[in-house]
Amino acid sequence: MLKNRIIPCLDVKNGRVVKGINFIELKDAGDPVEQAKIYSDSGADEICFLDITASNENRETIIDIVRKTAKECFVPLTVGGGVRTIQNITDLLLAGADKVSINTAAVQNIDFVKEASKKFGSQCIVVAIDAKKVSDNKWQVFTHGGRNKTGIDAVKFAKQIEENGAGEILLTSMDKDGTKSGYDLDLLKEITNSTNIPVIASGGVGTLDHLYDGIVKGGASAVLAASIFHYGEYKIKDAKEYLNSKNVSVRL
Amino acid sequence: MNVTIVDYQSGNISSVINSFTEVAKGKVNLEVTSDIKKIKSSDKIVLPGQGSFKNCVDSLNSISGLVDTLKDFAITNKKPLLGICVGLQIFADIGYEEAETKGLGWISGKVSKIDNQKGKFKLPHIGWNEIEIQKESKIFKDIKNKSHMYFVHSYEFIPEDKSVISATTDYSSKIVCSVERDNLFGTQFHPEKSDKIGLKVIDNFLKL
Repeated sequence: MLKNRIIPCLDVKNGRVVKGINFIELKDAGDPVEQAKIYSDSGADEICFLDITASNENRETIIDIVRKTAKECFVPLTVGGGVRTIQNITDLLLAGADKVSINTAAVQNIDFVKEASKKFGSQCIVVAIDAKKVSDNKWQVFTHGGRNKTGIDAVKFAKQIEENGAGEILLTSMDKDGTKSGYDLDLLKEITNSTNIPVIASGGVGTLDHLYDGIVKGGASAVLAASIFHYGEYKIKDAKEYLNSKNVSVRL
Repeated sequence: MNVTIVDYQSGNISSVINSFTEVAKGKVNLEVTSDIKKIKSSDKIVLPGQGSFKNCVDSLNSISGLVDTLKDFAITNKKPLLGICVGLQIFADIGYEEAETKGLGWISGKVSKIDNQKGKFKLPHIGWNEIEIQKESKIFKDIKNKSHMYFVHSYEFIPEDKSVISATTDYSSKIVCSVERDNLFGTQFHPEKSDKIGLKVIDNFLKL
């Protein structure tokens, strides 16, 4: 039976791990390579790096981090942030990333998703959707780390990226991110029910119960969390043991 | 010992290189190449594969003499070869990803899309799944039944001769996740991404 994945996410800025509260007010939580190794050794099913300043700054920093991490961690590594061109993807994959996560560039040009999945295979193309609630059961896609409203319906967009070859959806609720009040389960359900590719839930985890809800109530194939793992509130092992005790299948 | 990872532009092979490098440290001389001469003089070959069946077969065929060299190595001379993911799938006679494509024909069978039971199972099959060992396999030495391996695929290899199957995994049906015949090995899962247990599979292969 396929296991539900626990994915710690490391937000990286200028080569250091940070975690934002609603994407602002960043704190320093250490060296990304070291953190990734700790996660991988403690049973993380995948590691995710999100380069939160990549849009405007030198990409070499994150590529160097990926290169070092890939030599030490032998679980899948996903890298997102500022992935805009085929060359960006090539560079990350050559450095040792297994998947790349595309956000703004997918919204601006859906053909980019198609082109990338055709060239590299769907298995390594993740599309990150940042969604914000606009009315009852309606969510819109936001870009640029949540700064720009696009007017695009999140559910429609999810279907569209599936049709264009994305292998996975990384779904972040902008309303919930950093709040520690749990995933936006309505949004999550809506997206997992209307697509046939795996969905990674993100944004809002504060307790282990939230992980359970994301999988069992929201239908996510994987749950991503950042701060609950960074600041040592919970270990990956705690999360897995908890889920296992509640009959959610995980890799122990 | 010389081990060659065949680099035939089959997509991202960095992880394969990283993990084999880690396991091979100081014990094995590792080459990453599509050079026919070097492949011929290797003791073992690793055939990775990412993207589509068609892409991988086309890429192999585009390098003059490569397919024949690999066939001589693995089939005629029965030297150890490990295919990973699509690298395993192309052992088949035929694949149906993108377009109907002729495979290498080393193990009779076909590669078709996993039956997701009308959307009941999400595709690609991504993540950690348990392997159910079907027969003793040299690359599973000291690996427990029901160990977790990392998978990413939407297509499955269905060999005609079921005796080649060394392990299956459960995802909508029993999917073939590894094969072994003589010195020909293949894994649908990614040992290079399967943590310590995956590195053990690689170690077993290198120790053959």
